[in-house]
Amino acid sequence: MTELRIAFTLNGEPCEAQTAAHRTLLEVLRARGAVDVKEGCGEGVCGTCTVLLDGEPVSSCLVLAARAQGRDLMTVRGLGDAGAPHPLQSAFVAHGAAQCGFCTPGMLLTAYALLRDRPRASRAEIRRAIAGNLCRCTGYTKIIDAIAACAEGAARG
Amino acid sequence: MAESPAATRERLRVVGRRLPRHDARDKVLARTLYAADWQMPGMLEGAVLRSPYPAARITRIDTSRAAACPGVAAVLTARDVPHNILWTDVPGQTSVVGPLRARVQVLADDQVRYQGEAVALVAAETREIADRALELIDVAYEAQPGVFTTEDALRPDAPRVHEEGNVLATWRVRCGDADTALARAHAVVEQTYRCGLIDHAYLEPEAGVAWIDADGVVVVRASTQVIEHFRDVADVLGLPHNKVRVIGPYVGGGFGGKEDVTVEVFLGLLAYRTGRPVRMVWSRQESLLARPKRHPFTLRYRTGAARDGTLLAHRIELTADAGAYAYLSALVLLYATVTAAGPYRVPHVAVDARAVYTNNPPTSAMRGFGAMQMVLGYESQIDQIARRLGLDPVEVRRRSALRRGDRLPVGQALDTHVAVAEAAERAWAALGPPRAPSSPRHRVGRGLACNLQPYGRLVWLRDWASAWVGLEADGSVVVRCGVPDVGGGQASSLCQIAAEALGVEPDRVTVHIADSALTPLAGTTTATRQLYMSGNAVLVAATQLHDEVRRVAARLLETPVEQVALADGAATAGPERRVLLADVVKECARLGVPRSHLGVYHAPAGDPVDLERGGGRVFPDYTFGAHAVEVEVDVDTGAASVRRHVACHDVGRAINPQSVEGQVQGGAVMGLGYGLMEEIIVDRGVNLTTSFASYLIPSALDVPDVEPIIIESGDGKGPFAARGIGEPPIGPPAAAIANAVEDAVGVRITDLPITPEKIARALGLLSGG
Ligand code: FES
Ligand code: FES
Repeated sequence: MTELRIAFTLNGEPCEAQTAAHRTLLEVLRARGAVDVKEGCGEGVCGTCTVLLDGEPVSSCLVLAARAQGRDLMTVRGLGDAGAPHPLQSAFVAHGAAQCGFCTPGMLLTAYALLRDRPRASRAEIRRAIAGNLCRCTGYTKIIDAIAACAEGAARG
Repeated sequence: MAESPAATRERLRVVGRRLPRHDARDKVLARTLYAADWQMPGMLEGAVLRSPYPAARITRIDTSRAAACPGVAAVLTARDVPHNILWTDVPGQTSVVGPLRARVQVLADDQVRYQGEAVALVAAETREIADRALELIDVAYEAQPGVFTTEDALRPDAPRVHEEGNVLATWRVRCGDADTALARAHAVVEQTYRCGLIDHAYLEPEAGVAWIDADGVVVVRASTQVIEHFRDVADVLGLPHNKVRVIGPYVGGGFGGKEDVTVEVFLGLLAYRTGRPVRMVWSRQESLLARPKRHPFTLRYRTGAARDGTLLAHRIELTADAGAYAYLSALVLLYATVTAAGPYRVPHVAVDARAVYTNNPPTSAMRGFGAMQMVLGYESQIDQIARRLGLDPVEVRRRSALRRGDRLPVGQALDTHVAVAEAAERAWAALGPPRAPSSPRHRVGRGLACNLQPYGRLVWLRDWASAWVGLEADGSVVVRCGVPDVGGGQASSLCQIAAEALGVEPDRVTVHIADSALTPLAGTTTATRQLYMSGNAVLVAATQLHDEVRRVAARLLETPVEQVALADGAATAGPERRVLLADVVKECARLGVPRSHLGVYHAPAGDPVDLERGGGRVFPDYTFGAHAVEVEVDVDTGAASVRRHVACHDVGRAINPQSVEGQVQGGAVMGLGYGLMEEIIVDRGVNLTTSFASYLIPSALDVPDVEPIIIESGDGKGPFAARGIGEPPIGPPAAAIANAVEDAVGVRITDLPITPEKIARALGLLSGG
């Protein structure tokens, strides 16, 4: 088995990991305690394992860990914390967008990347953007409400 | 005597508010540690060897090579299991109800009865080594003929899945004289419906960690709806019940799929054998392959109505595929039998129901639990009667809608408000004027479907729940309650209820849940029972505490107790006199007055009734509702999409309206998946849909925004007159779509899911078949 050493930044912190060449990024992240990245299917369908790789949402269960070499990774813990939650995190709470919460980390990262690129995204655009993030609890409406509330030009209140 | 619903709403301070949930805060920050996130020093990884055959004899198992593999700590087969029987009849149940006994083998002994049945367990230093060890276990199978349809299973010469024969349960209802009434009816509709096998597909696969604590107690921390499986783990290990503890972390979705035992017993065995912490996480493929699913039913309905559309009679035959083991099949079938006539007054009803063993995946609890499958039958029937007689869909339902005081065909009188007619009217009206089709090849149609769903357990089970509520010295509140939280806001609603009763803000309440050793037992998070049962238990405890504290406050304030109110963390008597709750608590301590209470709530109990002769209560109560959908059908392809979906239910009182809406929207979308796309495909016992790429659940692009309408009748058996809402919203969508498709293109689809192919075939767009 080929062993690799890889270096990357995780939520702004430099990191190193030793891994077998066939390991996925999801496995390596969870093994080093980044359990905020969830595994819902392990086959690239559900989006619960979404992380941002150089800012782009990817399913970390489909990405070989070696591909993270020298790159910048962000998980939901990089989005905000209890002292300074990201507006999307606050909106998910306010709108009841997290029920069991298992899809929530991936959903938040997809939403973050969407609004960064399209700050005025419409409901239809939000729907399309989160189509790769499955949720079995909410029926999606409250998730879309929460994301829409963070889009520019959204009515506040 | 009773206060009006509006007056109650006015009086309530915390209950009825759209409060953000404390668990949601943790979840968005990814602080919640789900079952698979738990790590312990020296932890092993567990794995299960599963049968590739749906029906086979095991002639030999050789584990020696696996056991010799470096890094393997244990390899277990049936012979290593102290008591290889797991009773699966009613999880968490402590009283025995004769006809409901059911069992599975923990590990297959000499016979496997479905593909995916567990044969051996491994614990190893890493998951990779565990997987390698599974490959090294040498099992010789001798394939046997199996039965894969209920029709085949019922043939006299069919292979027997179990020795006692293939019919596992039957129920009958006889009310009035259905045959005579059908012979005399003005309109009779006869139809057979089929609803398919589906999976819960929660996003969090089954997982847990077990270890032996310093005091020798076996601890299992697992994703479960039932912490009371500690008894099952103990029975299998041959330990006293008080030597096993189950901790239930926040669950990543349950929907009934984590009601039966999943990883708990396997983990207990491996931890007990190795003396080390063991983690087991099932893959999605394993979850889809091996875990019990929703019962497919064949529903045969003959329904008779009078000239004006009033329902007169149903003759109903139900056959459910129970798969290879009974699990909760007898109960699922009972729910189906009791609700098969729908939320309508039907004077003559005959129901014959049976559940049949096959070598298909086992079926058991899933949101809606037998009652939801019936909606396709009774709502398709009433819609066809309306069409036949040229009646409006709301009008035909209003004519026969149940009302308070009416009896169900099994004889139970309804003793709370029944909102069927109102829900149907409001849901239908909310659709507004019809919208134009989006292109010339599209047709638009609308459909309505009502339902009833029990909340709370069968009264024969004598259900109860307990909860502890206490005040700390600083006036903050602690709730302890053994309720597993599966994402529906189970824990946070208890905070709201305690806060209401004690006059504090909900953020002054901390709730500890789901630990069988440390929290008072509250039963299962199933059967739409937790808000009802645990909510009432918390209310009992908090009210006792409130009364106690108020008496002491009256002494401090030197005023009659009737003038004292608890509000905003203080006790007040008019605007002038006020003492902080913290000071009252200190005074309680000085006087030796208890600062905590254990509350127990007993649901209405009853003895098993003879359904056939009727006459008694079967469930505590029911939740009623109606959904209206607008569907667009592409007449070139047969594809149907739902453009509008209004979902209306009477919840008695919404403790947290936002959580109620969330249950309604989520349940409705799960119902849309059932109606339109979801299907586990099993070919001669072999599951062909063991990945999310082949088992499709709705994405955001497959469904519209569901528009909830919440009726608060102020009548229900839960705390503050709430009714349960966890399961009810999954019932109506599939039938509403079937009705809308007929409205749009004039064809009646009777088999779920309603795929483009089935519509195209019905429209004559496909040749053959
Ligand atoms: S776990 Fe990666 S997409 Fe499902
Ligand atoms: S909140 Fe449970 S899967 Fe989305």
